[in-house]
Parts: sequence; C-alpha cells; structure tokens
Amino acid sequence: MSLHKLTAHELSDKLKSKDISCVELINDVYNRIDSVESKIDAFNCLTKEAAIKKAKELDNKGFSGGLSGIPIAIKDNICTEGTKTTCSSKILENFVPPYNATVVELLQSEGMIPIGKTNLDEFAMGSSTENSAFKTTKNPWDIQRVPGGSSGGSAAAVAADEAPLALGSDTGGSIRQPASFCGVVGLKPTYGRVSRYGLVAFASSLDQIGPLTKDVTDAALLMNVIAKYDRRDSTSADVATPDYRKALIKDVKGLKIAVPKELMGEGIEENTKKAILEALKIYEKMGATFKEISLPSLKFALATYYIIAPAEASSNLSRYDGVHYGHRSDKQNDLMDMYLNTRKEGFGPEVKRRIIIGTYALSSGYYDAYYLKAQKVRTLIKQDFDNTFKDFDVVMSPTCPSPAFKVGEKVSDPLSMYLSDIATIPINLAGIPAISIPCGFDNDLPVGLQIMGKAFDEETLFRVAFSYEQETRWDKRKPAL
Amino acid sequence: MNFETVIGLETHAQLQTESKMFCSCPTKFGNDPNSNICPVCTGQPGSLPVINEKAIRLAVKTALALNCKINNESVFARKNYFYPDLPKDYQISQFEMPLAEHGYLEIEVGGQIRKIGITRVHLEEDAGKLVHKGSAGIKGADYSLVDLNRTGTPLMEIVSEPDIRTPEEARIFMEELAHILRYLEVCDAKLEEGSMRCDANISIRETGETKLGVKTELKNMNSFKAVQKALEKEETRQKEVVSEGGKIFQQTLLYDEATSSVHPMRSKEGSHDYRYFPDPDLLPLYVDEKTIEEVRSSAGELPMDKFKRFLSQYGIPGQDITVLIESRHTADFFEETAKISGEPKLSANWIIGDVSAYLNANDLSLKDSKLSAAALSELITLVKNSTVSGNSAKKILGEMMKTGKKAKELVEAMGATQISDEAALVEIAKKVVAANPQSVEAYKNGKEAAIKHLIGQAMKETKGRANPQVIEGLIKKELC
Ligand SMILES: [Zn+2]
Repeated sequence: MSLHKLTAHELSDKLKSKDISCVELINDVYNRIDSVESKIDAFNCLTKEAAIKKAKELDNKGFSGGLSGIPIAIKDNICTEGTKTTCSSKILENFVPPYNATVVELLQSEGMIPIGKTNLDEFAMGSSTENSAFKTTKNPWDIQRVPGGSSGGSAAAVAADEAPLALGSDTGGSIRQPASFCGVVGLKPTYGRVSRYGLVAFASSLDQIGPLTKDVTDAALLMNVIAKYDRRDSTSADVATPDYRKALIKDVKGLKIAVPKELMGEGIEENTKKAILEALKIYEKMGATFKEISLPSLKFALATYYIIAPAEASSNLSRYDGVHYGHRSDKQNDLMDMYLNTRKEGFGPEVKRRIIIGTYALSSGYYDAYYLKAQKVRTLIKQDFDNTFKDFDVVMSPTCPSPAFKVGEKVSDPLSMYLSDIATIPINLAGIPAISIPCGFDNDLPVGLQIMGKAFDEETLFRVAFSYEQETRWDKRKPAL
Repeated sequence: MNFETVIGLETHAQLQTESKMFCSCPTKFGNDPNSNICPVCTGQPGSLPVINEKAIRLAVKTALALNCKINNESVFARKNYFYPDLPKDYQISQFEMPLAEHGYLEIEVGGQIRKIGITRVHLEEDAGKLVHKGSAGIKGADYSLVDLNRTGTPLMEIVSEPDIRTPEEARIFMEELAHILRYLEVCDAKLEEGSMRCDANISIRETGETKLGVKTELKNMNSFKAVQKALEKEETRQKEVVSEGGKIFQQTLLYDEATSSVHPMRSKEGSHDYRYFPDPDLLPLYVDEKTIEEVRSSAGELPMDKFKRFLSQYGIPGQDITVLIESRHTADFFEETAKISGEPKLSANWIIGDVSAYLNANDLSLKDSKLSAAALSELITLVKNSTVSGNSAKKILGEMMKTGKKAKELVEAMGATQISDEAALVEIAKKVVAANPQSVEAYKNGKEAAIKHLIGQAMKETKGRANPQVIEGLIKKELC
C-alpha cells in the first residue's frame, strides 16, 4: 500500500481502525524518502531510529485519533532536544539544542512522530532555499525549479509525499510562498497564536510557526495540536483555542471578499492573475461576493519589512559569536579576531547582508529615519487591514506574483528575489493570519491563492479554504516524480 | 577662581528575588560555576525571556520610596554590544521608557535637609563573570573562563540628577539610599560585595555658571568611604587642571582603594553605539494603579517619616531612633514591644542595649533570634514590678534569646524571682545587722553610705533576689 500518498487524517483513520500499524507507516515513509530524496534534497537530517522506536511504543498503546502516530517533518530552525538544529547555517552546523521547542513538546504529547529536520534558507532568510549553507531543495513539480523558501524543505517534503505534513516558520511568507510553489496548503497563524519558544529567531516581531499540509483538513488538525498559549513566550496570546476541525464546513454563502488591486496589478504574472480570478468566480458561484479595493499602504510594505526584519535579525543573530556554542574560528589571536573570523566563516552572504542592513538601520542618527519610521508605517498597514475587515470577511490575493522560478534565476539579484514576497510580507507586518491553498496550474506549475483573515480568526480561513478545496480538489493532483 | 562641584550618581542594586530577571534560575551565589543556568539565561537559540513580576514589584516599591512617578507603561529595550560575559550579546534593559521617573531623595547634610533629584529608576539584567588566566584582563590572557551563574540576575538602576555638590553629600546620598533599599528589603546594599554598585559623574564649573562642565566618570568605588574619597581626589584634580589653564576631557576613571588614587581606564576602541531598540520578545510592561497601590500599602512608612513619628510619639532621643529604624523588622519589633509593655523608653533601651549586644556577640539578626516582642515585654514588666532584678533580667534575656523560652518560666526555673515579701526578708536583715557591727557603728556615727555595705551583704545572702528597696527599709528598721 502506498501509505505516503495519503493525508494525515486518512492515515489517522487507518491507524485508529488498526488497518495499518504505525511501524508499517513509518517504514513506508522512509522508503519513499529513500526513493525520492536524492532528487528533492528536502531534509538536513533524518531520525529514523527514534521514529521507529516511537512507532513501536504507539502500536502497543493503540491510537485515539487526532494526529497520534502521524509522522511529521520539522523545519531545521525549530529546536529539537538531542537532534541537531542547524538553521542550514555553518555557524550552527553541529549545534544540538539542550531543550525542545514548545511546539515539539506539543507534537510529542499528541503522539506525533518527528521523522527529520528540513532544509531552509540560512536562518530563514530567503525565498528559494538557495541560501542554505548545505544544499538547495528542488521543487517536486519540476526539479529544475526552486521549492520556494524559506520553508522550502518542509513544503517539498509534503509535496513529494516524503512526509504527510510538516512544520514551517513564516516571517515574510516563508510558509505560504513555498506552499504556493509546491502546490500544498500552508498557514501562517495570527502572531501570538503559536508559541515561538524554541524557534530560532530571525525577526521576533514577525516570526510565526505554522503547518504545511496536503489539504486544509490536515492544516486544521495540526493547528489543534500546536496552537496553545505558552507562558514561556511573552508574545504568546492568552486566548482560547477553538477546535479547528469544527470550522471545516463547505459554506461561503454571503461571504464578502476584498481583493486589493495593489496585489493584482503590476508585477503579477498574467496566468497567476487568471488563476486567481477563476478562483474568485468559483467563490461567487458558491454564493460569495468579491470586490476590488485599494490598500494604499501596501506599496510601502516591502521597504518597511526590509528595515524591521533585518534590524531585529542583526540583534537576534549577535549571539552567534563563537563563545558559548556553534562554530568558533580557528583563527583567533584575540577576542575581536575570534568574533570577526567566527562570523565571517559562519554566516553566508544573505545573512551578512541583512545583518549589515539591520545594524545600519538601528545606528544612532539613523534610528528615527529608518526603524522608527518603519514602525509607523507598520501601524498604518495594520490599520488598513483592520478597516478592511469592518466591511469584508476575508481578503484574497495571489500568494506569489509567479509560479516557482528556476534554480539560480534570482540568486544574483536579491531585489527581484525580495519581490516574490510582495503579497505575503504585509500579513506578517499586520500580524494577521493567512493561508495559501492550491488554485490551479500555470504550465504544470502550481499557483497559490492567499486568503487573509482577522486576527485570531483562523476558523474563517479554514472554512473558506475548505469550501474551495471541496469544490475544486486541486489537492488531488500530484507531481510526477 | 571659585569653583562649584557638580555630581550625579548612577547606582546599580541587585534585587533580592528568588529567581532571575527573565528565567526561573535561582539567584543564589557561591554555587559551582555554570550550575544556576538554563536555555534562557545562557542565550540558547530560540529561547525567550519572561519578566519576573517580583522584580517589578521591588522596583516599584523603591521608586515609590524615592518619590518617583511610576510609568503605567514602560518598555524593555536591547542594549547591543559584544562581550563574552553577555551570552546574547545584548543586555535587556530599559532606555526610552523607564519604569519610573522624576523622584527625589532627601538627605541630611550638616543638620540641613538637601533634596536630590532622582532622574529615573529602571530594571535590567546583570552579566556573567569572566576569569582570566595569565592576565588581569581579557587582553593578554592565555584563556578566559565564563561563569554564567550571575547572568540574568535582576538589577535596578537608580540615576540621580546632577544635584549633588560635594563628595561628602555623595557619600551621604549613597548611605541613605542603601538604608532605604535594606529597609524595604529590596537589596542588601553591600558595596563591598558588589550587591550595590556606584558610578559617579563629576564636573566643576565657576561659581554662578549655569552650564555644566565637562564630566568624568568614576568607577570601582567599593565602600561608602571610597565614594567620597574618589570624588575628593577627582575634584581636586579637576580644579588643579582648570586653575592651571588646562581642559577636562570626558573619560572614565577607576578608583584604586589601596593607593587612594584615580586612574584613567584603558579606553575602549571608539565610542559605543548600543543600537537600543524595544525588545520584540517582550510586550510593553503595564503596571496598573491597583498594583501600584498594593505595593505602596505593603511598603509602609519610610525611614524618614518613621523617624519624625517616633520622635513625637515616643519621645526617645534621635540617635536611638536611628538605630531602631535601621531595619524595618527592628522598628516593628520596637513598636510592638512598646505597645505591649506600655514602656517605650525601656523597650528602646533593652533593644538598643542588651538585645543588640547579644545579637552582635552571636552574629545573629533580630529576625533569626528566638526573641518575640511579647516575650521581651513580659521581661520588661517583670523588672518593672520588681519581680526580678535588673541583673537577673540580663541573664534571663540571654537564655530567652537562646532557647525561646518565656521569661516567667526561666525566672522560676532559675529561682530568680525577686523577694519582696517583708516576712521572708526580716530574718536576713537581722542576721546582716548582727554580723556587721562595724558597719552598724559607722552608720550610727552618721556615715549614711555604710548602709550600702549592709544591703550588699543581704543581697549576697539571697543570691541577689532580695528587693533592694524592701531590704533597705528592713535594715533601717533594725538600726533604729
Ligand atoms: Zn536561567
């Protein structure tokens, strides 16, 4: 049986009814990895031994449903006690965390089985995984192309059936953009919904962990596991978590959709636009209405993001100095030498670029003009969304301006790389949730629809996404590997 | 030229919390290096800080005592700089929006009250400790070891306005501040041990000038005396330089206690840009009015106010009050004893005298001793009623403090009850008169003092238990 093709909720049913054993499932998943991983390069490391041990334990205990017994891939910037957490950086190449991230604890207490750590752009900075210090992950739909980033390893692993679902992290689109490129579902939850404790920080005020899955139902189920208030994260919101499974209803009658023209105009490829318009027509057919609106502050989103994110990153990444853990340069005549050489050798060019931008933006004399102004614009963007949600239930746009680009196509042009996040970045600045779901193909490459909602209203996103998925079943189409 | 000296002080005080500022590690000292650490205070990737509420309350309590305005919303910021004792390579501190501002502290200098402005009170985390092998500093060391036990310990920074005019005032300010911190049980305020640290900014200007002169910063003053000494040295130096037509340069100077001199600290390369910005891992800190009121009422009366009240309420001398209010516990103990015994003056005398002597001799604090205010009151009453003599009472007190037993119990057990019953003493009086004819003779010849010898003999007979007044009366009767 090709278990790896199934979704997590289908597998869960089979485990519960004792149709299959968990050991069988884990073995099937690793067999699949063995046969396709050389083409995809999704994983930085695999934890097969521990996974099989855990599966045996669970087989003896039995399954109560939920996601108990389901294998999961974890982005390699989420701390796993005793298992390397590298952030795809040379500076943490051999770093083994002494503790588990809160989300990892939650997966474990649900009885989920981590199968390995997935590749990313170094410290989650990038949109293609080409900034990984170790390897570039390939898009399962066309291995000449990038899977998106920075959670490219997680998205590719799910799309290539190497894992039924995965965890990613999203700072400016790092879950949604690879989900869109790889034709899977990706959710960036509301800021504060999922604990960041144990997520290696890139930009603390923007980072959020979320699911990458084969369908909307799986995303809801994984959110049921990881969305929980955590005292160890001061930015975690002390709000009740609903049962997201209950939101999975096919009903969008009377739904009011806003479509910002700023995200449907210049820079968006024609075929992508066409796919989105067709999706909107399907919603209309199901009883929803949509209207074009203008969110003028969005044109400043990219500039704002590239002040705030690097500023926070420049401080967050200071700790990689060779003193306490991680890489330490052999060339160290004195303290300053050790700092400089450790960081010179340990960080890749994109990380260095952002540290320099961020350091500059926070420097005295520039702080007001850059960081402080960026924070003000951020407030405006947030207000624009708040106002929109007074009249509309959701906002929709393409997740990305184009389908997956070719490996190497944009590496030498960081600005055009940054532009691929134009539609996803505003969401992190506003702190609201957004989901990317497959909405068709452009020359056999997946196109993603981004649905944005009110803060802490992931339920509406799930209902709206689920309704479309049930109507179209794009999720059933698989890449030929 | 006549100069005026301008001094401002920056004090760091370690807060007496159980756990660190942003994690739950203990703040205990003296453990093995790197034993009180966790992912948070060692700056592990992915770890996050959580504010210690107890530390906030202690800082609010201090700020209220310093007459500050508490900001309902304050912000923790990151102060970015690289150093091996700082695992995150930034210190979480407060910058633009501190916890409290605009206060003052009144100090008494030469019989006059001086009001010194408090610019701000804020919270931050302490750094770790470095041990260098082969050199005093990190430069030139063969290697350096890092101990992170102290990393993340809560520190409160108290910044004064440049209102201080003499090195003596600076010392008195520090002493009074230390007193308040100890009294509030916020910090044990020991400069010698580093639980309280002081940096001083000093400049001079021509008398009458309103603009501030170029200041220098003094560090490494490890006692109150050193604060005054260091500032005196630097004040003299600045005056000499300016008098000779020279200029003062902004620099940091270290005080050397052994030679009682100040030396420039080796300058760091370039000036620091700390790139402060609000810590995105921590939401703004809200301290609502309800919390402030709770802290205010729990903090109670301040030393200065207590001094004034004790003076008018109990009529005891000022210098005694100073001793009684050294700690809040002692002050409360005194008030309770005075209330139960109805004898404030006697209570004060006992506490300042014999109780303190016992505590000092045994290296104890009143809190750790087994003496209760009720027990001391009972003893005071026993002396007042002449049930025990003053001398016996001293012995009994020692026993009470050692065992926690009650005065009455001890008096009976020791057979120390004073004998005031005439019937029981008349035989003694007769015996003493009969046995000392010379004293009787002298007394009858008009030597009044001779009766003292007779009383002494009677006391000896009764092992000190005879009531001196009663026995004196009886002896006089015999002599008639
Ligand atoms: Zn700790």
